[in-house]
Amino acid sequence: MSDAIVRMENIEKHFGNIVALSGVSFDVRPGECHCLLGDNGAGKSTFIKTMSGVHKPTKGRMIVSGKEVVFDSPREAMDAGIATVYQDLAMIPLMSVTRNFWMGREPTKGWGPFKQLDMKKAEQVTMSEMKRMGINLREADQAVGTLSGGERQTVAISRAVYFGAKVLILDEPTSALGVRQTASVLATIDRVRKDGIAVVFITHNVRHAMAVGDRFTVLNRGKTYGTSTADKITASELQDLMAGGQEMVELEGSLGGTV
Amino acid sequence: MTVETADKDERLKESSFVSQLLKRPELGAIAGVVAVTVFFLFTANPVMFSLSGVLNFLTPAAQLGILALGAALLMVGGEFDLSVGSMVAFTGLVFGVALTVFQLPLLLAIAMTFAVAGLFGLVNAEIVLRTGLPSFIVTLAFLFILRGLSLVGLKWATNGSTQLRGIRESVENDWLAPVFSGRAFTGLFEWMAGNGWIEAFSNGKPKVDGIPVEILWFVGLTLILTWVLLRTPAGNWIFAAGGDANSAKNSGVPVRRVKMALFVLTACCAALVAILTVLDAGSTDARRGFQKEFEAIIAAVIGGCLLTGGYGSAIGAFFGSIIFGMVLIGLTYTQIDQDWYQVFLGGMLLIAVLFNNIIRKRVTGER
Repeated sequence: MSDAIVRMENIEKHFGNIVALSGVSFDVRPGECHCLLGDNGAGKSTFIKTMSGVHKPTKGRMIVSGKEVVFDSPREAMDAGIATVYQDLAMIPLMSVTRNFWMGREPTKGWGPFKQLDMKKAEQVTMSEMKRMGINLREADQAVGTLSGGERQTVAISRAVYFGAKVLILDEPTSALGVRQTASVLATIDRVRKDGIAVVFITHNVRHAMAVGDRFTVLNRGKTYGTSTADKITASELQDLMAGGQEMVELEGSLGGTV
Repeated sequence: MTVETADKDERLKESSFVSQLLKRPELGAIAGVVAVTVFFLFTANPVMFSLSGVLNFLTPAAQLGILALGAALLMVGGEFDLSVGSMVAFTGLVFGVALTVFQLPLLLAIAMTFAVAGLFGLVNAEIVLRTGLPSFIVTLAFLFILRGLSLVGLKWATNGSTQLRGIRESVENDWLAPVFSGRAFTGLFEWMAGNGWIEAFSNGKPKVDGIPVEILWFVGLTLILTWVLLRTPAGNWIFAAGGDANSAKNSGVPVRRVKMALFVLTACCAALVAILTVLDAGSTDARRGFQKEFEAIIAAVIGGCLLTGGYGSAIGAFFGSIIFGMVLIGLTYTQIDQDWYQVFLGGMLLIAVLFNNIIRKRVTGER
């Protein structure tokens, strides 16, 4: 596919004598949700950290918007439009939604020593962005601590989108959430994707992946088992791939297919 | 969609004016000022609330308050400085030596005092930030180091005495002295006395001939720091650095620089108090600023600062310090024994932390 916004080709990453990634290829297009699945230790974290500029690949090429790039820092990846929402969300519970939303990128007005926060603009933008994502804030100075886990996730996502993310990497956004919260985060992912943003959704929950994913890539022991589209694969096939095939089939048999 | 609109309306009702007010960190301190005022209105001689009485308790409040403002911002930024009291003694010594031993003009002496304070602030910050040790313990070390250095330095400067005198004489006729000592607006007060608006002696001179400059410094600093905290990006960074340094860093907040600036600010507040009080007394000694670090932190806590950082206000520390001044001076206007002062303050601190705890839970929605 030529219209991929980010393309990772044969990425290898070694930490000393440990091979964390051995030749992973992955790409994501604008307006799609590409799910990256894998069990713990499969290399998901290493892979997204490579994509977001935290790690440099040992081997392999990374192509963003048609140009080969090497990121020296997460900041460079962010400048190229690749934003990552980690599990800790980079949110501060005691601060208001508005102050969290603008943290580190505060809008100002005035000049010289009288330069000050443009609170009116900050609050208006925050309220309208939240509304667009389906969260009705009571007031713009509501503390993030009063929001539910799903709402916090949505604030973090909309913040990344507002500040120009073209590629959004979500690191297990649903792993700590209840059923309703998960549904709301999946709805947010769907909304963001429809805005033409490329979403990389990292998860180990096949059902969450199947709910919003367009394509699926399974990582296992630092390798991919290829990429499949939603209409060509079933949940149980994904589950098997994640577990590395054989053993999972046996385990599932003994558990009565409930995993 | 209808569900969501209904949801919104239902939430809007919850947020009443009272709950809005309860969210302000300084609420406790304002309530405290009201309570203490009411208490003294009933128990104290009414002279306490005359113009001279008010200035009487605002002067110690200002001297403590300047320290408390620095302590409050540093606490919001997630750190402590236990060395501010000793810093007052040490910078007082530096200031005194600059004037009497080196015979420097006031401007240079002040510059030197702030430079030394800033340097120690940076040393505190560097150690805390590089090692990741709690600032509580690092600055506790400097509490003793600076107190000890003040004694050693005083004896060196005075050939064995623990008091350095002759400061007032050395700044006489210095053009800068009125900014840091004496009283301001004397002309205005004379004019007001002339019109009979304020109390005057029989010769027409006002009984209160001006506002002590430290009160003006105190009010000015409160306004500036409140503005910085609430209305500038730097203020947002202070809250963020104290709330969660890691998240703040990941969002592009220069956490290191923010914390360094706060340590320097706190040290410079101590230096300002040293300059103001040394000029006022005309001498400096090794006990200057003794235990002020605790009073400053207590005033900040009464003002709504959380010990865990990320929450608090400068205006709260302002009112917290006024409570201190009122209790300290107010007791002398009553029949109550002065010795109750510390009991009173301990009690206030306890009420304040309990209150802050409830407020924090309200703000974050914890149960």
